[in-house]
Order: sequence, then C-alpha cells, then structure tokens
Amino acid sequence: MAKQITLKMTVNGTDCVVTVHPFARLLDVLREELRLTGTKEGCGEGECGACTILMNGRVVNSCLVPVVQAQGAVVVTVEGLAQGERLSSVQDAFLTYNGAQCGFCTPGMLISATDLLNRCPNPTEGEIREGLAGNLCRCTGYAKIVDAVRAVAADGGAAK
Amino acid sequence: MIGASSIRKEGRAKVMGTACYTDDKFVPDALHGVTVRSQVPRGILKGIQFGEGIPWGEFTIVTAADIPGTNRVASVVHDQPFLVGIGEEITHPEQPVVLLAHPDRRLAEKARKAVTLEVEERPAILDIQASLDLEQVIYGTHNLLKEIRIQKGDPEAVWASAAHVIEGEYHTGAQEQMYLETNAMVAVVEQEAAGLRVTVWGSLQCPYYVHGALKQLFGLPEGQVRVVAMEMGGAFGGKEDYPSVNAGHAALLAWKSGRPVKVVYDREEDLACTTKRHPSRTRLKTAFDAEGHLLALDVDFVLDGGAYATMSPVVLSRGALHSASVYRCPNVKVHARAVATNTPPPGAFRGFGAPQSLFAMERHMDVCARKMGLDAVELRRKNFLRMGDTMATGQVIREDLDLGGLMDRALEEIDYHRKRTTFAAANDSQNPIKRGVGLAVFMHGCGFTGGGESYLASVAGVEGLADGTVSILAASTEMGQGKNTVFAQIVAEALKLPFDMVETAEVDTDRVPNSGPTVASRSTMMVGRILEDAAISFKQALVQQGFLKEPYTADGFREAVAKAVATLGSVKCYGQYHRPPNIAWNDATYQGDAYPTYSWACYAAEVAVDLDTYEVKVEDFVAVQEVGRVVNPTLAAGQIEGGVAQGIGWGLWEEVTMKQGRMINNQMTNYIIPTSADLPQIRVVFLENPHPAGPGGAKGLGELPMDGPAPALINALENALGPLRLDEVPMTPDRLLGRYEEVTHG
Ligand code: FES
Ligand code: FES
Repeated sequence: MAKQITLKMTVNGTDCVVTVHPFARLLDVLREELRLTGTKEGCGEGECGACTILMNGRVVNSCLVPVVQAQGAVVVTVEGLAQGERLSSVQDAFLTYNGAQCGFCTPGMLISATDLLNRCPNPTEGEIREGLAGNLCRCTGYAKIVDAVRAVAADGGAAK
Repeated sequence: MIGASSIRKEGRAKVMGTACYTDDKFVPDALHGVTVRSQVPRGILKGIQFGEGIPWGEFTIVTAADIPGTNRVASVVHDQPFLVGIGEEITHPEQPVVLLAHPDRRLAEKARKAVTLEVEERPAILDIQASLDLEQVIYGTHNLLKEIRIQKGDPEAVWASAAHVIEGEYHTGAQEQMYLETNAMVAVVEQEAAGLRVTVWGSLQCPYYVHGALKQLFGLPEGQVRVVAMEMGGAFGGKEDYPSVNAGHAALLAWKSGRPVKVVYDREEDLACTTKRHPSRTRLKTAFDAEGHLLALDVDFVLDGGAYATMSPVVLSRGALHSASVYRCPNVKVHARAVATNTPPPGAFRGFGAPQSLFAMERHMDVCARKMGLDAVELRRKNFLRMGDTMATGQVIREDLDLGGLMDRALEEIDYHRKRTTFAAANDSQNPIKRGVGLAVFMHGCGFTGGGESYLASVAGVEGLADGTVSILAASTEMGQGKNTVFAQIVAEALKLPFDMVETAEVDTDRVPNSGPTVASRSTMMVGRILEDAAISFKQALVQQGFLKEPYTADGFREAVAKAVATLGSVKCYGQYHRPPNIAWNDATYQGDAYPTYSWACYAAEVAVDLDTYEVKVEDFVAVQEVGRVVNPTLAAGQIEGGVAQGIGWGLWEEVTMKQGRMINNQMTNYIIPTSADLPQIRVVFLENPHPAGPGGAKGLGELPMDGPAPALINALENALGPLRLDEVPMTPDRLLGRYEEVTHG
C-alpha cells in the first residue's frame, strides 16, 4: 500500500482536510471521501464532462485531476450552486425548461453553463453550443439545455 | 392537467446533485466486483489459472460451479449462461467466466488481469453472411435465433406484368446506447429463517425481469428476491435485458462473500460487453404500375443477433412489422431472420428493429422515385395508408389518418420545394459545399407487439397515504423520459386533484406490482391507461365507503383519504390491462392487429456536405408527428429532440468497429456521439389526434424519433450529391468518400 497523504481544500465554501492515496483522482476524493456524489463519472478519460467542476475558478474534468494538484484549491461542485434551498438561476432554468432528463450529465453541464455565462453574459446560440461542447448529453439533443441557458442570459445572467 | 408542461417531479434533486444513482448509494463494507471474460470468439473452456503476485486468499471468487440455481439468464429464450463453466462452450469474446470481489477496487482490477483462461479455440462466425452461409453451425441447426414470415396476396404473381420492378439492398450498423451512466448494480444477500433473501439496487429498466432472473439463478421463491430501481442515468433499451446479467453477477458475489457487493462497469467494459442495436441487412424488391402505385413488395430482412437469442426474437418481430412502412400494398411478402454470430449479443435500443427496416424502405422510396422519374414526395403521397386500408398483417387502419397533411406540414416548415430549387442551382457551381433536403415518412407501433400486452397482463395501482396524498404504484422506471411526471399528471387528471398531491412510489418489487417492462413506448399509453382506470376505481371506492362526496375539493379529497387510511389501515386500488375488444392477433400466422395503434411522423432534414472533407453538417431538422394527445408538451418535445439527436448520430457518425468479434473503439474518444456543436436546433411539431385507447387520448412517443432521422438525412445527401450508392448508415466521411469515388473513378 502506498503511503497516504494529507491535503487541504476549500470545497463549496467549506475547508476540508482529506487523507488519501497520492494518485487518487480528485473525482474519487469528492465522491468517496467527501461524499459529494453530485459530480459524476461518465468516461474517466476527459471526454464526457460529467465530472466537470470549478477549481480555482476554472472549469476542469475532475477525472483527470490527480488530487495532489488540488492542494489548497478552491473547488465548486454542483452541490455548491444553490444557496441552501434556493436554486441558482441556471439550476432554476434547467428545471423550468426540462434541461435535465436523466440528469446524469446535469451536474457537469450546470457547472459549464454557469462558467460560460460568467465569462460571456450574452452568448449567441452558436456560443452556447460551442461553450457546452465538452459536456456530452445523450438524452436531450441539447435543445432544452440551450433554451435554458438562453433564458438565463435574457434574464440577467448567472449571477442573479 | 393533461396537456400542461408540469415540472419534472425529480427535477429538483437532479439539478441540485442530490438524486441518488446506483454508484452514489453509500454501502459500508462493500466489496468491488469485477468480471473475467473469455477474450476469444469461440472455443471450449479447458481451465482457469490464477496468476502470481495477487493475494488470492483475500478474494471472493465465483465460477459456474458455484451457482446454486440454474446457470441460465431468464429471457425470451433461456439460452445464455451467467458464467461459462469448464468443459463448456465459449460463444463470444466478452463472455463472463470468473467473478472476483475485493474491498480495494484497484487490486480487484489488477487481479482481473492476472487470471488466464485455457481455451481450445474453434473457428468463429463473425458476420451475417458467414452465418447465413452456415460456414460453421453455431446455434441450433441453421444458426437461426428466430425466423418470421408475413404474407399478404402474392408478390410472385406481380413481377412479370408490372411496369417497374426495382430492387435494392440496405445495411445499418450496430449502435451503442451510450447512456451517460454505465451499468451499475449493488447486491446484498442475507440468510433469513425462511432461506436466502437476495436484494439488488441498480440501474435497470425492468425490475421484474431482474426479479425473474434472480429467482431462477438462486432457485428462490417470489418473496425472497427484491429489486429496487435507483435513479437512472439514461438507458434507451440498453438497460432492458442486460441488468439481469450484472445483477446476477453482483448477487453471486454477495452470496458467496456474505458482504454487500458493488459492480460498476467502467466505460470501456460497458461499451465492449453490453448490448447494442442489431446490425441489419435488408433486401427489397418492389413493383409499381406506370403511375407509381405500389403493387408488390418483397422484404428479406436479416439481423445479426450475436451469440444468444436475448431480445432478438422480439426486435426482429418489430422490424418485420414496420418493414412496409406507411404504404398501402396489395401484395407483400416478408421473410425475416435473426442469425447467430460469435459476437456479444445485441439487445434493445430505442426503436427496437424498426429503425433498421424503416431506413431500408424510406431510402428505397427515394431510390424508386428517381429510377421512375417521379418526385419522391408525390410517390409517397400516392401510396400512403388511409382509413380503411389494410396493412401487411391484415390490420385495418381504423383511425382518420392524414399522412399527406402531416408530410405537407413538414415540407412547409423546412421550406422544402424552394430549397430543392435553389440548392439544385447552387450545387452546379464549383463551390465544394453541396446542399440538399430530404424526408422520411414513418410510423411506430405503440406498446408490445402482437399478443404481448395480453401476455403481460400488467397491473398498476394507486394508494392513499396517511397525509391524504396519493401514491402511484407501478414498476415502470424513470430513466429521464418523464414517467414520474406524466403518471402523476394522468392520475391527477383522473382524480381532479392538483399535480402536487400525486407522487410515484419508489420502484421496489416489495412495494409495487408488475406493470410490465419500461420499454416499447408503452408506459404512457398502456400503463397510463391502467392507472387512469385504477384512479377512478379508487375514487369510486372512497365514495362507496362513505369517505368522499362528489363534487369535492382538493382539501376535501385529502381529508377523505386521510380518514380512510386511519380507519382501514391501507387503501389501494389496482387496475389491469384489458385487451380492447376490436384487437386480435395470431402469433402463428402473423395475422391481425400487430399494435393497438401507431404514432405517425414525417421528418425532414437539410444537410451541407463539404466535398473537401466529406463532412456532413445538419443545417436544419424538422420533426412533425401525430402521437395522439400530448400529455406534457415540454417533456414530449424533449423526448423527440433527444431521439432525433440519437438518430442523427446513427445516420452520420456512430460506428462500432469490430475485430474478431470484439468492439475495438470502446472509448468515448473513439465512438462519436453528437455534441451540442454538432446539432442544429431541432424543430418539433405535434399534430394532436386523441386516440381512444390511451389515457386522455395519448399514444406512445419515446421510440418514434429514432426511426426517421437516418433515412431523411441520407435522402437529403442524395439530393445534395446526386445518385451515389447511399445504402448504408452510418454514412461517415470515409464511407461517403468511398461512395463518391465509385462514381468518379468508375
Ligand atoms: S468522467 Fe471525466 S470527462 Fe468523463
Ligand atoms: S440528461 Fe441524460 S445525459 Fe443529459
């Protein structure tokens, strides 16, 4: 058994200390150590985006991040989007527009959509489609996801 | 309530990340189970070696010799073993042989690779033609998993005298469901006074299929097996029959180890080993009179069924029954066969055989129009089924069917005629981008084929709860299609209650009756109708027992239910499927009403092909359909959009590459599904025509959108590029280049 290492991270605003295998993936640490199972594994090879989170303000595929790289990082997962029971505007739009069908791509998709709207508050349809192209969805054909993101933009953006 | 775009019941949990999928279930002390597979397509298993460097004493190891009950997966035919035993035949390269479990997932993975199998290899059959040619006999006497014949009139008597006789051959490839959540199962086996008790929680479409499979595997009675459906990350048919296999594996490991076991496939294993859409080959021969009226149709339809029957008999049946598409034809002969090969068995995938045979026929109609010098739209219009017409099985169209109107709506939406003219002019230029529009008209039978619904005799019910709300009891699962929401709308409408007063009960075989599998576009129409009946009986019972007076308010109903529960302990009402009186089916002759009704559609696509790269871009897509009354327009549109996206993927990009019977591009990087940037906004139009058999007039719609995109796209490609041999999907850039070179280089 390889030696375990201890690291600190801030996850969804809470400081956490975890003792883990040094080669563990950030995805597994979030899901198994911190029990934040909202973040999903769809492929484990950086292709599907189901594991998307924000790390230090940037979108990453957590299945590709060795946990050692997250030492001291500020991490936001899907569980960090709502304020208590109050959904973020992006979550609310996904609910209203049926942007989540099976819901398995949804956590990653919500993180990417939130990031997109923060970077680009008034995206065109083309910009939305390009901006979400790293998150695969097999259920929706993306139509309702695009509708939801457009609605948030029209309504004043992700920060609202 | 019916007709409202009510918000998805489990939507809030899904956007908050709290919805609990199988691998999210916290199971203390769980072992991780892995599967050692055969690796060769055909041979006899002679021995199993456990290699050096693994602490085998820490492992739970299961082989065929351990199985307490019957080593056969309960299905249409009980031919597939859970594990191949020593001395037995290996029939495909992903066949499970040994199961291993260990607390450390990494070590379990390492151990899997340290097991080697001694196999005496035998020559394998790897494709349809080799199987038909009986190069080796690998299944029964003729490699046939199922054979079906349908006959109406006599096509043989027509060929000689017809003005036009046109033949064609069409091929479709395998397709992966690519649900975002891979197959996953958790099992616990307890020793109780009454004997073993087996429980599984999993990602599965059909709890009672898994229930039946576990009973047979362990030799247990009804009450000793429990199956719970967790939140499901997509299925599309891919979790219809396969979960009987991996649930069995997880349960065997849990039984032998005495600990909970999780079996979660990684993407590579899921892609390589689980079911896909059946590859197909269709030969069509058609006769027309001088004006283009269809006089005779001969269909030779063959599916590659893989090593075991699994769902092939029923997939073949649906394919055969859709092979004449939406056309009136006095003389039809259909010969359909599912043949065995030494490849992992395909299974259910949205559309279930119909996309394959409809691709052939809808593509063939365009080819015939070109060869006869007729317009493809007008050729279809001349031959559409109408009320009073008879289909190949003798089924009479009893509804007021206006396929011409449906088609015109799609043509108008996509601006078909104007585009045909302007594109034709522009395509003559030197510009490497060529544009085209094309369409397909098609139908999808609602519910189980033939006598299937009568055989299932599904039961579903409603239960009053102590707080006065109503719970829906059905084994139908939520896979994202929206059944939680639609069932609640149907029951709320029947009881005249607000949507919030009705919820669906957790799908747990200890609690819900067998409402049949969640497949075949049957949940809304078939189970919904049973629920509508059960809800009305429930209300009548409350009235008869003196708890409720009509008319009532929501609060009045709530009080009545609460009081009834307080007085009687439990209040439930069940309904059961009843065959509508005018429906009859004979399975021996394949004559009668193949489906209680059909949903109908016309899809139109616009494509742009770049002759420098042979990339095809879908510029516009219009989906017009008649699905009875639409229960929830937003959810229904979501089903159509998602199905169209899968259909576009199948038509243009999604290719399963096989080598020696194994899928070799089994990674998401190498198997290409559409991204948001690859698709246009799909335009969905519903034409409503309420059908008396469905709840509130609804019909099925989940599979329909898979049937039309491929032929519409390939017809559009032909419009862009002129006559090429466009007879196969997926029409990838490589394949398209090859077809183009056939013409340019002779
Ligand atoms: S699981 Fe990380 S990208 Fe697919
Ligand atoms: S909602 Fe199912 S994968 Fe996107």
